[in-house]
Amino acid sequence: MKPRAPFLQSVWAILWKDLAAELRSRELFSGMFIFALLVIVIFNFAMELDVATRRSVTAGVLWTTFFFAGTIGLSRSMAMEKDRGSLDGLLLAPVDRAAIYFGKMLGNLLFMLLVEALILPLYSFLYNQNLFNGGLFLVILLGSLGYAAVGTLLASMSIQARTRDLLLPILLFPVLLPLVIGAVKASGGYLSGAAREEILPFLNLLLTYDVIFLSISYMLFDSVIEE
Amino acid sequence: MIEVQRLMKRFGPKVVLRGLDFSAHAGEFVALLGPNGAGKTTFLRILASLSRPTAGVVRIGGYALPQEAAAVRRTLGVVSHQTLLYGDLTAEENLLFYARLYGIEHAGQRVKEVLELVGLERRRADLVRTFSRGMQQRLSIGRALLHDPQVLLLDEPYTGLDQDASAILDQILRTVAAQGRTILLTSHDLARAEDLATRFDVLSRGRIVASAGREALHHSGLLAFYRQALEAA
Ligand SMILES: Nc1ncnc2c1ncn2[C@@H]1O[C@H](COP(=O)(O)OP(=O)(O)OP(=O)(O)O)[C@@H](O)[C@H]1O
Ligand SMILES: [Mg+2]
Repeated sequence: MKPRAPFLQSVWAILWKDLAAELRSRELFSGMFIFALLVIVIFNFAMELDVATRRSVTAGVLWTTFFFAGTIGLSRSMAMEKDRGSLDGLLLAPVDRAAIYFGKMLGNLLFMLLVEALILPLYSFLYNQNLFNGGLFLVILLGSLGYAAVGTLLASMSIQARTRDLLLPILLFPVLLPLVIGAVKASGGYLSGAAREEILPFLNLLLTYDVIFLSISYMLFDSVIEE
Repeated sequence: MIEVQRLMKRFGPKVVLRGLDFSAHAGEFVALLGPNGAGKTTFLRILASLSRPTAGVVRIGGYALPQEAAAVRRTLGVVSHQTLLYGDLTAEENLLFYARLYGIEHAGQRVKEVLELVGLERRRADLVRTFSRGMQQRLSIGRALLHDPQVLLLDEPYTGLDQDASAILDQILRTVAAQGRTILLTSHDLARAEDLATRFDVLSRGRIVASAGREALHHSGLLAFYRQALEAA
């Protein structure tokens, strides 16, 4: 019997492949970043706010930006595999299908975190608000993880459909609602210096969401990816 | 090595394979012939575990599809219509990536061997999207051979290959066949198929309608056999 690639090695191989390809093409990252940048600038013009109100909407604006920008990366990252025919190559490999899921998911998560890491200082600079806040970073990590977990699963489900570009957001956004609520409330809490007890329920919500969707994806991915 | 009984495949209302029976033992080199749309690609995709059969029994190397797909995948090398390569990676990186997915030990060494085998060692550091169609096809053949598979499935592998590359592929297939592996190849190039294969199966209307060994063809020739099989079907 031939050796079988260990789970983590396969996950890493797929992640490495996506990063190496992205370093060359910058296809996903540039799209996501420019989109995110436009969104925060447009928000600024659309809502001419006084300083106090602006502070109160920061969390909402940030998460709207992250999630919309994230959708671009999600749909492209799976669609590229499908359209360029490399998806079959992944499916032919004798690896646990869940490893394909985790590899793609981690790639999506990394691209998102990278965009966020650039958008945060830009936002701080443009709107003169200090976003350097450990609590906020934690929320962004948990929120993005949940987003990548659900998004990668749904993007894989929708690639077989002809209307996938339409299908993904329609499937994704309703499922994201609990995550949006948790992320916006927890971020807002940290930014306004709220008490721990007020923020904790929302952190728990995020954590639970992440665990649930990672587990669901682990179990379901095999059956959604096949034709 | 390959055992297929009463295989059915439907796409919606359209029945493509209707009760196909097929078998190939170790060391056999089967050329699968048939007109456009006969279902050759569909059949190969099912054997490759990329598409689920609607009904029927498929066993490869003793493992059943789709239940034991993971075990089947380890024994298969597949060359399909698509190259299964990443344009933004170099030739070497593409092979290294797949070598990792297949859990190949000494991956670097093996990748080097395969690049030499398909005559691409000088282009190993170039991005695959800068390759010509034929060079991509060569690499895709190398990709299929990486893990030294027991069974090779090739769907029109000669598409886009120049004389040199075709000769290389001929040579590779002969070597692989001589090692007692099973090869199933589809092709519209009857002369080439006649040169290489030890058995010829004709797929038409969702079934294997005729099958003949190399010796049986001796006087009539493959073209006559093929025509006859299609007319009789
Ligand atoms: N995903 C699909 N959905 C619907 N019909 C399909 C699908 N794939 C194949 N078919 C149909 O199945 C039939 C067989 O197609 P297939 O590609 O297997 O033929 P083939 O023998 O490989 O032909 P060719 O010689 O042109 O490569 C065709 O009529 C095709 O339209
Ligand atoms: Mg075909």
